[in-house]
Amino acid sequence: MNEPALLAPVTPRTAVRPHLVADQVSAWFGDHQVLEDITLTVHNSTVTALIGPSGCGKSTFLRILNRMHEMVPGASLAGRVLLDGEDIYERRVRPTDVRRTVGMVFQKANPFPAMSIADNVVAGLLITGRKTADKDALIERSLRRAGLWKEVENRLRTPAGTLSGGQQQRLCIARALAVDPEVLLMDEPCSALDPTSTRRVEETISEISHEVSVVIVTHNMQQAARVSQRCAFFLAEDGEPGRIVEQGQTYGVFNSPTDPRTADYVAGRFG
Amino acid sequence: MTAPTARRRRTDRWNADTVSQLVAAGVGAVSLTWVLSARVLPIGRVAEAALFGMVTFVVLYGVCVASSDSWFAARDRVAAALFTIAGLLLFAALVAVVSFTAVRGYQAVLHINFWTETTATTGPADPLTKGGVLAALVGTLEQVGIAALVSVPLGLATAVYLNEVGGRLARTVRTVIDAMSAVPGIVAGLFVFAVAVLTLGYSRSGLAAAIALAIEMLPVVTRTGEVVLRLVPEPLREAAYALGSTQWQTVRKVVLPTARTGLVTAVLLGVARVIGETAPVLLTSGFTAELNADPAHGPQVSLPLFIFTEVRFPLDHAISRAFGAALVLLTVVIVLFTAARLLGRKKLS
Repeated sequence: MNEPALLAPVTPRTAVRPHLVADQVSAWFGDHQVLEDITLTVHNSTVTALIGPSGCGKSTFLRILNRMHEMVPGASLAGRVLLDGEDIYERRVRPTDVRRTVGMVFQKANPFPAMSIADNVVAGLLITGRKTADKDALIERSLRRAGLWKEVENRLRTPAGTLSGGQQQRLCIARALAVDPEVLLMDEPCSALDPTSTRRVEETISEISHEVSVVIVTHNMQQAARVSQRCAFFLAEDGEPGRIVEQGQTYGVFNSPTDPRTADYVAGRFG
Repeated sequence: MTAPTARRRRTDRWNADTVSQLVAAGVGAVSLTWVLSARVLPIGRVAEAALFGMVTFVVLYGVCVASSDSWFAARDRVAAALFTIAGLLLFAALVAVVSFTAVRGYQAVLHINFWTETTATTGPADPLTKGGVLAALVGTLEQVGIAALVSVPLGLATAVYLNEVGGRLARTVRTVIDAMSAVPGIVAGLFVFAVAVLTLGYSRSGLAAAIALAIEMLPVVTRTGEVVLRLVPEPLREAAYALGSTQWQTVRKVVLPTARTGLVTAVLLGVARVIGETAPVLLTSGFTAELNADPAHGPQVSLPLFIFTEVRFPLDHAISRAFGAALVLLTVVIVLFTAARLLGRKKLS
């Protein structure tokens, strides 16, 4: 299988601007520091991959970006997260508004079992009690964007639990897209999927990245190389909190890393 | 393509060997029990003979299996036999209770007047063609209905608080609820009698009985509800929050619908706990033979209280009426539970 991202540099997109900026972010669970001084810029219409070994704080960082971090008892943080220049941790900003703008897809597919496929797609509206002009159109559009429409268009009223694992994950992507987020955070979205479903999800990521900025955590180097334009390598060494060792264009990080630890990791020599 | 001659192999537990071991042990146990109980040992009664037979069966079954298989297999199969017997005994007890009630009560229930009349003008010695349980049926439905109206919303709200909100106070609440669940019905009845009737001066009524029942029902609904809510996977809550929902929206639209069938079980267990209560109703409502559809004023009889009253008469017809009322109570329980299960079944929009 050839991997174009490894062979040729990605052509820079036009009108790229900083969309979501993490500025000197640190994080703790109780007294245990898990992240230190993370500064990272997510550009609009770009896929940013977060790579690194398990336990280096990638998922924690991802959850800081949409204020899910604070749901964990004892969790705290320092630094700022700027969405279009505005700090989402300002006192007057409501977490629910942040999460509506910065959507999330989880490692394990988690459709709502008490809802049909169609209701799952518009769950964001049903739960928060918002109306939409044309629900059916929104359902179809979201499912098409997630690459699931063809497979489920004849059984929209059946429970979501009847779908396969890969379909459920794409349903969760459709659900996240239906509330029209500006940024989509994906926490190892393919780790429980087979190769075919993984490819479908990766195609979906490529398609939506024209409209939505995507941040994806992945343990799969090939996946990071295939889907992302930018990437950041996280590492937590010997009881130290996680830090970013290297970040930049994915092509650069993978092919000419400046740090030997990055070179070892992307080459598969540890982690 | 597989060859057409492929023969399916049987992998199930039942084959000629296992069946013959079972039959051998069964025949041996029955014969031995018969010989011993009829000829040798002084065990004349059926219950003792049955117990002896079961023990003999288990021992013989173990010996049969051990002689043809191994001690290891024997241990496994004896354990399986013991658990099967335990299950059958439990089921037999249930069948015995229901069928005994049905046999003793069916004559009373067959008369139309049993459903449409009260015992206001009927004496305990009157034939079954006079009098009925209408007053008691109305009383039970009203009292349990009011108790459920009070304790189901309160209990489920407390369950949501304990599981979804939590915090330091939740532990105190949980302890109080646990203490409440240990309160016997008669104490709940005395409490309501002391507060509502003696202190506040309200008359004894169906409403007072309903409040005593609600006090008993509340901890059952709360604790069962809490356990059921704890079964809702955390990722579902996270998914709802990630879509921008508040805690209340998450509980209302995701947690409660997901736990729906379990919450129905919580309510049913609460109803089951109180629908047969006699003592608190006797204390707080008191007996009357008249039909009193107004729960707020005056004594109101319920089915358990009716049974309690009738069964104390040493007269065949009164006792028949008591068993008939018990049969009505069983029917009410079955109808309520079936309806609740149908309503609670998962429905998709």
